[in-house]
Amino acid sequence: MVYLTRKAEFSASHYYHNPQFTAEENQRIFGKCNNPNGHGHNYTLEVTVKGEVDPRSGFVVDLKQLKETMSREVLDALDHRLLNKEVPEFFTRIPTTENLAIAIWQRLSPKLKAAQLHRVRVYETPDLFVDFYGEA
Amino acid sequence: MKAYLTRRYMFSASHRLHSEAMSDAENAATYGKCNNPYGHGHNYALEIMVSGTVDDSTGMVCNLTDLDGFVQREILVRFDHQNLNTLPQFAEMVPTTENLCIAVYDILQRGFQAAHLEKVRFEETMMNSFEYWGENRVIA
Repeated sequence: MVYLTRKAEFSASHYYHNPQFTAEENQRIFGKCNNPNGHGHNYTLEVTVKGEVDPRSGFVVDLKQLKETMSREVLDALDHRLLNKEVPEFFTRIPTTENLAIAIWQRLSPKLKAAQLHRVRVYETPDLFVDFYGEA
Repeated sequence: MKAYLTRRYMFSASHRLHSEAMSDAENAATYGKCNNPYGHGHNYALEIMVSGTVDDSTGMVCNLTDLDGFVQREILVRFDHQNLNTLPQFAEMVPTTENLCIAVYDILQRGFQAAHLEKVRFEETMMNSFEYWGENRVIA
């Protein structure tokens, strides 16, 4: 088994707000992230896939295909968007880094054929990142 | 859904590697420049990984305010701009970065309740880093 990681970057804005909380609760729990006009980040995405090395190609996965899948399924939908209003997952879920990692996993996992998705890592800033391994 | 959240912090501290269990010659041979009696310093990067189920109502494993507050209060205030050898944690332990990992892990394990502690990782310099996952964890 060999693990391969491909990196990508995207920029997006978001804000944290739960309509079931009062205005005070939203402010207390989410702090500055509750600003209704949103704020943005330069996100870094790392997608790790795993598989046996194909003896003919020497590849775990065709990187070009992985890159295209990531672009089509993730970057086209997320890059330069307001996550709360433009990405369907976040109409109901709060677009935290945790939920972003889960949503990206759910977008990629069914589309990867040759290799198996191992980990999605999303950096919101260089000082904060979340890993998701598809665990329930 | 279970997710793993990692937060990174910086602090600066000095230390001297010197073991009371060794002779001066052994200390010098074992620790080299790090045995200089006046100590020396590093900019440490500390990474703390916690895990848990993502809460539906907040979208979070744990509120970063809680983690940042705990780390500020219990770790950064104690270690930042200190000489590690003078701290109670290192009264009987050489302040190597291995032992620093374990000391910080113990502080978090005992006091931080908002999420499950997975790992403490330290970069002492850009060239070396150390991880501690607790005693019973075997990593693939």
